[in-house]
Amino acid sequence: MSFISSPKFPQFDGDSPATNTSISYKVQLLETKMSLFQQWAFIVKEALDKSFLVAKFFCAVHVTNTYLCSTALVQGPSMLPTFNLTNEIVLLERISTRNGKAGPGDVVILQSPENPRKFVTKRIIGMEGDNITYIVDPKNSDRTETIIVPKGHVWVQGDNIYNSYDSRNFGPVPYGLLQGKVFWRIWPAGAFGSIGRRPETVDPALKVVEQ
Amino acid sequence: MRSTSFLWNVCKSSFTFGLIGLTVSDRVASVVRVRGLSMSPTFNPPNNTSLGLFTDDHVLVEKRCLTDYKFSHGDVVVFCSPRNYKEKQIKRITGMPGDWISVPFSYDAVRIPEGHCWVEGDNPTDSLDSRSFGPIPLGLIRGRVTHVLWPPQRVGKIDKKLPRSGLSF
Repeated sequence: MSFISSPKFPQFDGDSPATNTSISYKVQLLETKMSLFQQWAFIVKEALDKSFLVAKFFCAVHVTNTYLCSTALVQGPSMLPTFNLTNEIVLLERISTRNGKAGPGDVVILQSPENPRKFVTKRIIGMEGDNITYIVDPKNSDRTETIIVPKGHVWVQGDNIYNSYDSRNFGPVPYGLLQGKVFWRIWPAGAFGSIGRRPETVDPALKVVEQ
Repeated sequence: MRSTSFLWNVCKSSFTFGLIGLTVSDRVASVVRVRGLSMSPTFNPPNNTSLGLFTDDHVLVEKRCLTDYKFSHGDVVVFCSPRNYKEKQIKRITGMPGDWISVPFSYDAVRIPEGHCWVEGDNPTDSLDSRSFGPIPLGLIRGRVTHVLWPPQRVGKIDKKLPRSGLSF
């Protein structure tokens, strides 16, 4: 099929142009009216529009994840029984930590002070100026220590103090390391629901009514 | 009717432009104004006129380093202050994890823990830095300064000044 078509208008077998609105009519019109360069320009413009749309979508996703709400995968034994050992998916909101509204009792996700690429989930126990008395090593002894949380820092602990690497090991954490506050669990579906300001006392997936 | 659709188009395009600008400034690079004299003479060198918006240095902060946190001695970084997370400070990294830093006016030496770094300003007399608040976690860093963009006579790349000898070994 040659694109160098004649300047004549397309001929139809006896049909009047008004009734013939099929695709083939439009294609024939396209071939006669547009040169090869114009066709390429049309395709390039379409490709640019689509990629601009993809870029806009990516930017919207980034802004939502960074400033509004995001999801995270939680695993490990340090937050039993609030979070199980196996993978759980939670929603975290970024607005409280950005505005300084995260307070004691909130479950937060923060960058580990010992490895900035690792994220840990813990509960805030104390804010700056608070007096914290904590059991240093509950598996082996009852020795406690008391500390005043310095300015601009928070004290975080896992709900399962027997198996948690938290502020009792790496000290108070600067507030700037907090990434977001966990407020809802979306997986496993049996435990779908909000995360409260107190540690759970039974596995939420079992849905046992507390006495 | 036509004016409201024009207004709607203006809103849509400014919203799109805002989204794209925010993403680029978070992930690629942004421009930051340097206030204060803690990094003289690298930024805001002393001069006779008073400092203001038009004489403060403006620098380019690149954010690509935040994907793997690979910093080294001599990098100038922007970080959230450990005393007040809302303030951002610009200092130079003079110690990486594992280095020993001697505390001024004492015989102690501090070992920089894993995941932390020691930051100091280039102007030691007028700088509130790790000598006051200790090593900072690398997670507080929000970008690395690469170029000076304003004033025009000092536009150029920042050199990686290695730390003064005798302070870290």
